[in-house]
Amino acid sequence: METDWIWGLVGGLLIGCGGAVYLLGNGRIMGASGILGGLVDGSGRDSAKERLAFLAGVVLLPLLLWPLYAVEIDTHMTSNVAVIIIAGLLVGVGTRIANGCTSGHGVCGISRLSLRGLVATVFYIMAGGLVLVLFRHLLGVI
Amino acid sequence: MRLLLAFAAGGLFGAGLFISGMTDTTKVQGWLDVFGNWDPTLAFVMGGAIIPMFIAWRLVPNRQPLVGGTFPSAPRPELDHRLITGSVLFGMGWGLAGLCPGPAIASITYNGWGGVLFMVAMLAGMLAAPKTGTVLDRLAAKA
Repeated sequence: METDWIWGLVGGLLIGCGGAVYLLGNGRIMGASGILGGLVDGSGRDSAKERLAFLAGVVLLPLLLWPLYAVEIDTHMTSNVAVIIIAGLLVGVGTRIANGCTSGHGVCGISRLSLRGLVATVFYIMAGGLVLVLFRHLLGVI
Repeated sequence: MRLLLAFAAGGLFGAGLFISGMTDTTKVQGWLDVFGNWDPTLAFVMGGAIIPMFIAWRLVPNRQPLVGGTFPSAPRPELDHRLITGSVLFGMGWGLAGLCPGPAIASITYNGWGGVLFMVAMLAGMLAAPKTGTVLDRLAAKA
């Protein structure tokens, strides 16, 4: 749709405001993989409640906004079980090893002019683009 | 106060992901797919998100977080093999499914069984990360 970029920009501004609240309010970097990962492996036990409160907000707000949308929302999630499992494993292991994902390295890192954030972003976008082109256009899997 | 702020931050994050269309895997894959029907939305989301965050980082020096404590320390300057390999592995999974951790969490209630399965696999990957990281360290030391 032609208005998609406007919603992208509006949504992006909201995401950035969320990051600003988490940083200026709680003194923390808003990285989805870090907030969730710290709960999973126990490294963030001291701040577990804060992490859970954040995650509750992430899950609840889309649910509240859902009824405002007249059209059916489709995530177009693949139904290929192997692709889902392999992709999930790669995203989980990769974000924890790199210590960040799109929100932590991309949004929070680049905005503080961090070289690590910028380099991570360049590498995951390149890897994602290559894999997509390979599996969609050459192999026809996804 | 700390919990309320965290909930508000998460709410803004989740609402932003939902409104921007980032929980729709075709928008993410459409951006990565330079040989297909290229979709620029993700660039607007990233750009839009960086604006408030850039301002927020400007407010950090010589101040304290609202709830007290200290702000995160300055980013490390060095680039190590973990940052690169980890990001490449993450990017591969991101391209395959069109989901990264934020949208995977935000869409968990409406992304069907696929979204739940992705979440389970992602959590398993997170649990496997410390050991995988050690193996990568060993390989990097040999190389």
